[in-house]
Amino acid sequence: MELVCPAGSLPALKTAVDNGANAVYFGFRDSTNARQFAGLNFNDKRAAEGIEYAHRRGARVFCAINTYPQPDGWEQWKGAVDRAASLGVDAIILADMGLLDYAANRYPDIPRHLSVQGSATSHEALSFYKDNFDIRRAVLPRVLSLDQVRGVAKHSPVELEVFAFGSLCIMAEGRCYLSSYLTDESPNTRGACSPAKAVRWHETPQGLESRLNDVLIDRYGQGESAGYPTLCKGRFEVEGSVYHAIEEPVSLNTLDLLPELQELGISAVKIEGRQRSPAYIADVARTWRQALDNLDRTPGMFTVEDDWRNTLSGLSEGGLTTLGAYHRKWK
Amino acid sequence: MMKLSLGPILWFWSKQTVFDFYARAAEWPVDTIYLGEAVCSRRRELKPDDWFDLARDLKACGKEVVISTQTLIESEADLRRLRRICDQNEFLVEANDQSAVQVASRHQIPFITGPSMNIYNVATLKVLAKQGLKGWNLPVELGKETLEQLINGLKQEGLALPAEVFAWGFLPLAWSSRCFTARHYNLPKDNCEFRCLQHPDGMELRSRESQELFRLNGISTLSGSRYDLMRELPEMERMGVKTVRLSPEHQGMEEVVERFDQVRRGEVPATDPLQLVQAPPCNGYWYGKPGMDLIR
Repeated sequence: MELVCPAGSLPALKTAVDNGANAVYFGFRDSTNARQFAGLNFNDKRAAEGIEYAHRRGARVFCAINTYPQPDGWEQWKGAVDRAASLGVDAIILADMGLLDYAANRYPDIPRHLSVQGSATSHEALSFYKDNFDIRRAVLPRVLSLDQVRGVAKHSPVELEVFAFGSLCIMAEGRCYLSSYLTDESPNTRGACSPAKAVRWHETPQGLESRLNDVLIDRYGQGESAGYPTLCKGRFEVEGSVYHAIEEPVSLNTLDLLPELQELGISAVKIEGRQRSPAYIADVARTWRQALDNLDRTPGMFTVEDDWRNTLSGLSEGGLTTLGAYHRKWK
Repeated sequence: MMKLSLGPILWFWSKQTVFDFYARAAEWPVDTIYLGEAVCSRRRELKPDDWFDLARDLKACGKEVVISTQTLIESEADLRRLRRICDQNEFLVEANDQSAVQVASRHQIPFITGPSMNIYNVATLKVLAKQGLKGWNLPVELGKETLEQLINGLKQEGLALPAEVFAWGFLPLAWSSRCFTARHYNLPKDNCEFRCLQHPDGMELRSRESQELFRLNGISTLSGSRYDLMRELPEMERMGVKTVRLSPEHQGMEEVVERFDQVRRGEVPATDPLQLVQAPPCNGYWYGKPGMDLIR
């Protein structure tokens, strides 16, 4: 299985490659990709440098253009596909059907990967994308249980990549409009969820409050550690009880599932986190490289080492990890 | 005159409640009725054949009927239900996922896309037109500016693909594999005791300052405020919107339909307030603002 790591910057890209990524993915410095953060991502010069660095070391580079262009953005998004093509990337990660169609017709020889934002959760949906745009690979949304992944994998007409580690989207990706409901930006339209521009922190007598466009997302008591106010991970009131009504702030970690994922024929595991620091990327990439190498060396004997588990827990939201939807009981 | 449609029931109601609702709806001035389960695979008060029987009854009453499909497809059982819906030639299908587009086009069944299909540009509409698209819903997070560009773009391409706009009700905003209703009751999803039946218009999720943010409805999350574009009807007509969608609620729906009908006929001013069930109104998305905003 291939290890696919995030690159939010050139140092992160180099770190990922140096620590064992088989492939890295990046986006341009605008809202054409789903991690639009200030100071993050690549201009053409940096991208070219990163691609050369990766290629010299035998790693591949994917370019994510996985937001949804509206008519007035069409030329910009199409231009991003052209830029990726001229940079010589190894694949373009796309979600929008119109853009997939453009890429398939204009650049048939550049492999197309379906982004997780394309919301393909069944082999029929994968066949739709395969038949219409000849995609080579698809990234599965983080909503399927392992049994359901098995079902999809059995009939999939394309390679599959699954999320292995990082922030956990609990909603079917590509069809979550919660962020644009509270703010004016969503992953689909602007490549942003719970955008930083809308976040405010206030120290109050009741505790530290995090707000998103003035909506109270969470309030932290003494000794509680505060996290970024991603709106689905706040504490809300439902029928008189206050709790994490949608999801706790935890990270996805599927180390335990590696043997099963390999057995299902999954082609690649993906690390989330283009917004993370190079130091974070180094630790995560190194840990997963070791795990994948162990899996290859001793098939049937794979166990998760305490060392890996501790490293990844330390890098997780709230220090907690979950198998997420892969584990049926989580639902 | 613009058409009025009743979207699929997004909540979980008992079989009798559903039958009673549509018995009344047969008499309402709606042109199109979407039938079927679009949210949760565990909601099986009505079997596919029950839906088809209901569809034939409503068709006999002069309604155009479209069979809706599940939005989040997760299992082989979900796909079997989808194939069952597409294995007929009496009714149009509402495709709410690419799985449905694939199956419908294989069966050569014409389809309409629901608001959860990501149609953000004309190139996407052209792709779907080749598969048998007969009409499409604007994604809920898009507003009038984008809609106008899309309609004009279709005209330039010479494509006659009528646009439908979700104009009244709680906005469907997200789908998860997790069931938030079961989570609230500390029940596993696979043994949820069908608690959604106790919440015919969802469960309110409020901030700790009592701001109504969302409505939890099984695996789906809807807006906490009710989207209301009634006063935009004249503008939509000018733009060339063909159908306006009203999302079913178990109380007050008849008055909603009546009022939208009066407005589309120009019998009452679009600005007359419509005050029904308790929930704040919103219309932000239409103006390119946060969806929860109310622009007056």
